[in-house]
Amino acid sequence: MGTTTSVEGAAEAAPKPGSWTLRLRESIDRHLPMDHLLPDRQPYYVGSWVYVFGVVTIAALVWVVVSGIVLSFMGPQWWHDSSLGRFFNSLHFWSVQLFFIFMVLHLWGQYFMAGWRSGRAATWAIGVVIFGISILTAFTGYLSQQNFDSQFIAVNAKDAMNGAGVGAFFNVLNFGQMYGLHIMLLPIGVTILVVLHIVMVRARGVVKPIDPEGTKRGARP
Amino acid sequence: MKAMGATQEEYYRGVRMVPYDLVKELALALAGVGILAIVVAAVLSSPDVAPVTIATWAQSDPVDFVTTATGELAGSTTSAGYGNPYNTNGPGQAWGPIAPQKWFGTQIPIDSPGLFVIQPLQRAAVGNTDLSGAIDTWQKASSDQQAKWTDAYTKALADATVKDGKVSVADGDYGPLPTMMSNLLGIAQTGGLDGLLQVNGKFYQTDYTPSLLFIGDGSYLSGQAEQWNLLGNQWGMMNETGRYPGQTWLWLYTAWYQVPPFNSSTGFLGLSSSNADLGIVILMTLLTVALAAVPFIPGLRDVPRWVPIHRLIWRRYYARG
Repeated sequence: MGTTTSVEGAAEAAPKPGSWTLRLRESIDRHLPMDHLLPDRQPYYVGSWVYVFGVVTIAALVWVVVSGIVLSFMGPQWWHDSSLGRFFNSLHFWSVQLFFIFMVLHLWGQYFMAGWRSGRAATWAIGVVIFGISILTAFTGYLSQQNFDSQFIAVNAKDAMNGAGVGAFFNVLNFGQMYGLHIMLLPIGVTILVVLHIVMVRARGVVKPIDPEGTKRGARP
Repeated sequence: MKAMGATQEEYYRGVRMVPYDLVKELALALAGVGILAIVVAAVLSSPDVAPVTIATWAQSDPVDFVTTATGELAGSTTSAGYGNPYNTNGPGQAWGPIAPQKWFGTQIPIDSPGLFVIQPLQRAAVGNTDLSGAIDTWQKASSDQQAKWTDAYTKALADATVKDGKVSVADGDYGPLPTMMSNLLGIAQTGGLDGLLQVNGKFYQTDYTPSLLFIGDGSYLSGQAEQWNLLGNQWGMMNETGRYPGQTWLWLYTAWYQVPPFNSSTGFLGLSSSNADLGIVILMTLLTVALAAVPFIPGLRDVPRWVPIHRLIWRRYYARG
């Protein structure tokens, strides 16, 4: 190759200027160095319980996923007939409840802190998308329970879906479709977006208190 | 464009930094939330009320079952006159020119009389000459004659009596309907109709659309739901059976069904209870987009600056001046 020396082993090949791999690595190093991803220092103004809502939301999501993996491995019938299965269903159920409580508290906390300031509007918007997809994921979970709640929710919810024209493509009466979406596609979507949300938070850092630089900028992004 | 890493360093320039252990914080959160979830799960469990089967419906309320099945033949049930995506027997919901239910057409064809009554009876009629004769009489009758029979039978069912699980009505000209319905009721009470509707010639099946539409056409399912406060006017599907929180995150969506114009028959600006589903889906979509766009909406984005909650959150920062 043209960039190697004629003496074997005497020198390494110089990277090509247009190397996609090199550019990706340099971009990651530049945008998200490890001391930003896993910081051991933070600004002194980060000192409120409101900041805890974000991390406990992630913790609840981990428990939702772990209990969900056990339930999906054993199949949708298991938890109706097994006391251990019922426990894992209960763990899944309450982890979801905690996830939503913490997520809503996190959302309100970030709203009153105007967390979108100084270039963080996309982080806020992705958080709202996560909230929306989480609602859809929980909804398909309720439809996948194979009990009276699933039946009645399905029979009623079909009208909203049909009224909006999507009832045939998102058929709440079709257990197979709802179960597949619930245990596969939607959780993957939530998880990917949560990872992206966290990476954006770590890359930008924690937003300063409102108006530390004067009132001109206010709460604009 | 500045690199985001450099931006963070610039952003923090002059800000006093204090020690922080992110991994320890995450580990403690995982442990704390895990213990809380495990304890609550162990103490409070989770709801699991058994589903309604067609068999339990036919056994518990045979008159409602037969009335519903007769309604399927008459075309008077919800599914028979629904419109898209099941059939073209109803107009579907629309708001002015916005009619997505119509736009997407009949994607899941449901022939209520055939699917819920005639086809199951035909499968069960093997070796039953009375039943096969009754089906033949029904199918050869004119639609006017069929309507007279279903009308008379439906009226008679209002005063029906039940003995040993069988439905009896006053004498009248109901054509083959008593034979057809007594057979269908018998099949349903043994659980046969659950299988006939669900399997429908296949072996593996995960789509419950026909069974749920049929059960939903009766009043037995909604009667059971009313006991659990699950009806639409009881804040519907954000509730669940038992003393459990349900889908509380759907409160705003469900709330719209309780207020005008969505709970009104006359409505406002073309929105009423008749197209509430479409109107509320549009409204919630707009509100969700607005929530995502809060940073760019003057007024909404300024509320945090006007409301001094941030002064509580960062009270130590502001106390320093």
